[in-house]
Amino acid sequence: MIDFVVLVLLTIITASTPLVFAAIGEIVVEKAGVLNLGVEGMMIVGAIGAFAVAVTTGDATLAILAGALSGLVLAFIFGFLTLYLLSNQVATGLALTLFGIGFSALLGNGFVGQTYGGLPHLDIPILSDLPIVGQLIFGQDILVYLSVVSAIGVTWFLGRTRWGLAVRAVGENHDAAHSIGFSVALIRMGAVLFGGAMAGLGGAYLSLAHTPLWVENMTAGRGWIALALVVFASWKPWRAFFGAYLFGGITIIQLHAQGFGLDVPSQILSMLPYLATIVVLVLISRDDSRLRLSAPACLGRSFHASG
Amino acid sequence: MTDTPRLELIGITKAYPGVVANNNVSLRVMPGEIHALLGENGAGKSTLVKFIYGVQKADSGILKWEGEVTDIPNPNVARKLGVGMVFQHFSLFDAMTVEENISLGIAPELAKSGLTQRIIDISTQYGLPLEPDRYVHTLSVGERQRIEVVRCLLQDPQLLIMDEPTSVLTPQEVEVLFRTLRQLAADGVSILYISHKLQEIKDLCHTATIMRMGEVVADCNPAEETPRSMAEMMMGGNLTPPERTGKAVPGEPQLIVKALNVASSHSHGTDLKDIDFQVRAGEVLGIAGIAGNGQQELMDVLSGEVLVSDPESIIIDGNPVGASGPNQRRSVGMTFVPEERLGHGAVPQMSLWENAFLSGATRMNLLNNGFMRIKQSEEYAATIVEEFRVKTPGIANVAESLSGGNLQKFIIGREILQKPGIIIALQPTWGVDAGSAAAIRQSLIDLAANGAAVLVISQDLEELFEIADRLSVICEGRLSPGRNTEEVNVEEIGLLMGGISSEPITEVAAHAD
Repeated sequence: MIDFVVLVLLTIITASTPLVFAAIGEIVVEKAGVLNLGVEGMMIVGAIGAFAVAVTTGDATLAILAGALSGLVLAFIFGFLTLYLLSNQVATGLALTLFGIGFSALLGNGFVGQTYGGLPHLDIPILSDLPIVGQLIFGQDILVYLSVVSAIGVTWFLGRTRWGLAVRAVGENHDAAHSIGFSVALIRMGAVLFGGAMAGLGGAYLSLAHTPLWVENMTAGRGWIALALVVFASWKPWRAFFGAYLFGGITIIQLHAQGFGLDVPSQILSMLPYLATIVVLVLISRDDSRLRLSAPACLGRSFHASG
Repeated sequence: MTDTPRLELIGITKAYPGVVANNNVSLRVMPGEIHALLGENGAGKSTLVKFIYGVQKADSGILKWEGEVTDIPNPNVARKLGVGMVFQHFSLFDAMTVEENISLGIAPELAKSGLTQRIIDISTQYGLPLEPDRYVHTLSVGERQRIEVVRCLLQDPQLLIMDEPTSVLTPQEVEVLFRTLRQLAADGVSILYISHKLQEIKDLCHTATIMRMGEVVADCNPAEETPRSMAEMMMGGNLTPPERTGKAVPGEPQLIVKALNVASSHSHGTDLKDIDFQVRAGEVLGIAGIAGNGQQELMDVLSGEVLVSDPESIIIDGNPVGASGPNQRRSVGMTFVPEERLGHGAVPQMSLWENAFLSGATRMNLLNNGFMRIKQSEEYAATIVEEFRVKTPGIANVAESLSGGNLQKFIIGREILQKPGIIIALQPTWGVDAGSAAAIRQSLIDLAANGAAVLVISQDLEELFEIADRLSVICEGRLSPGRNTEEVNVEEIGLLMGGISSEPITEVAAHAD
């Protein structure tokens, strides 16, 4: 029984990690006032980028970097279009997702059916030998550790550093930030690129660790869940981290529930994350001042300096 | 005092597509001098100071700092030189604390540890109390301005630029600010002061540069001028102050508000408590008060944006409307001039005639079975533009393309032409130049003289004394009983605004003597 529980928990970690990456990245993007709906597209391009490099070179580190870089390149396109050519963020983000799905399918054509051994596990000495928790917490691969570090790091960055403050400032009131002397476009570009790299890492985790092979459209809507998570977490990284585990947990438990013959239609369970998001949205929108404190006031609005 | 000007501008020119904002502007500010920059809306003052602060580039011209030709490409360079700026529209972030806001706007070296203490030191030294941990959205306008001032002072500025700093302050807050500014000037800081309030300029400033249509038209010593002579230099014509054409005998009450209690919908708003007043046909009732004492809430309730459960608590011309929305209130004779021009008074991206339609549809009969009468709406807009001398290339221009004063004239005109039984105006001349303000006030007086009831809620006491027949004061959501304007003076109203009731006034005055 304990083995079974450990197994379930392990799969929950595996299911949640891509969501953590994508959501934490998008939080930084949205805190800077940019709404990038292209998370799904950046994830899937990250997935194929990482998988292609993994299969060709066999080097896990290179593969992870390739995943991040692929997401970053896509994010750069988005950033250039929306921040410098001032295209509409919603439309551009949607286009990015559609483009990413199609482009990854094209790239992945030659990789269908190939396999990869999965990311090596980094056992932390001594701790990983502990019973039960040993393998669960201290015997994971590098990306799982990195996802935890990124949640803590982003919380610290946004709350405690001057540049984090600057990111929040351009998202809160871009005119004021400009008149104080911050370069709105540059700061937003930085945030967008970070978000792209994180989404790429989330994708890389899918194709390198979660299911180490390439399947067309393998992100299967995780990018959208990540976007929902950002609102669900009211733009707080640590809440997004736990939210990702909650949503990841629901998907896994749903699978096992079916295995036990529990008679809940799987569709209902896969609806849950989105339902939860809608409920949270309604709740935080009820209180004007709470919403104002958590949602970046300039979210989705283009900025042009000549004003 | 040395002879080298702290700042000298020579021949600054800046053109935007279609307008020359600054044409060959020259200006010099000496150390320790409080220098006024005067001009109507759109005269080019803001463009000029944005250039000095490095927010905008000029097309040509030379800037000299302490006698040396200097280039200020961005605000960081300006700050390093010692230029500080307090913006008219505050550059603050609502969802952040006072301290976070300050640390964003100063050099990174200054934003290190110990900032909290320095904020407290500076703010006590200059009498500008601030709590570093408070969130900005919980603060009043006056407190927000203090943040900007303290932010500048932390950097030991040599030149402080203030863009209309007093337009949102109470007389008492203005006094505190002036004391700070005089103290700074005595310490050798130069101050470039932009304002519409000419009496203030006369009291505070050593020299003044007057701009009109992007050019410098005069330099003068404000102490030797009168507010009126300065206004006329700004306008390049004669100023006609509002005049009352004999007193109409007040008629029937057009608006009766009884025992109105409303909890504010904002968590930091002011609840209205036992509001009780009437406005009769032919009279102007003025409501004075410090910002954030319930004016916005009162406006929301009167205009029908916020409804109350008892219809009888608001009666317009005999119709109980407490529970009816704005359109029903319009149809029984009430029109409104909200405070916020862009976003409340007008839809910024819509044309003037569309904006005219939106507010006038009910009373001007601009709807035909649910379809817009476009031709009539355009005629209506054209009439407003003509009768109220709105400067605009045409009624197809969008509202946000007009200067503040012109848009306000358009909005006031739009509401007056609907021939209201009662008009309610909140801060009708906020940020509007002297000429437009005089025209707006005159039109409100004329409206009352023609038998309408007029309610003006304003922080500008000068304005209220100029146009109101009776005055009330709103303080912490309570309204003082109305008194005839001739029977009260500015000091009494000022004390009421500060929350001291009329009874102990004599006592306070006696002690002060």
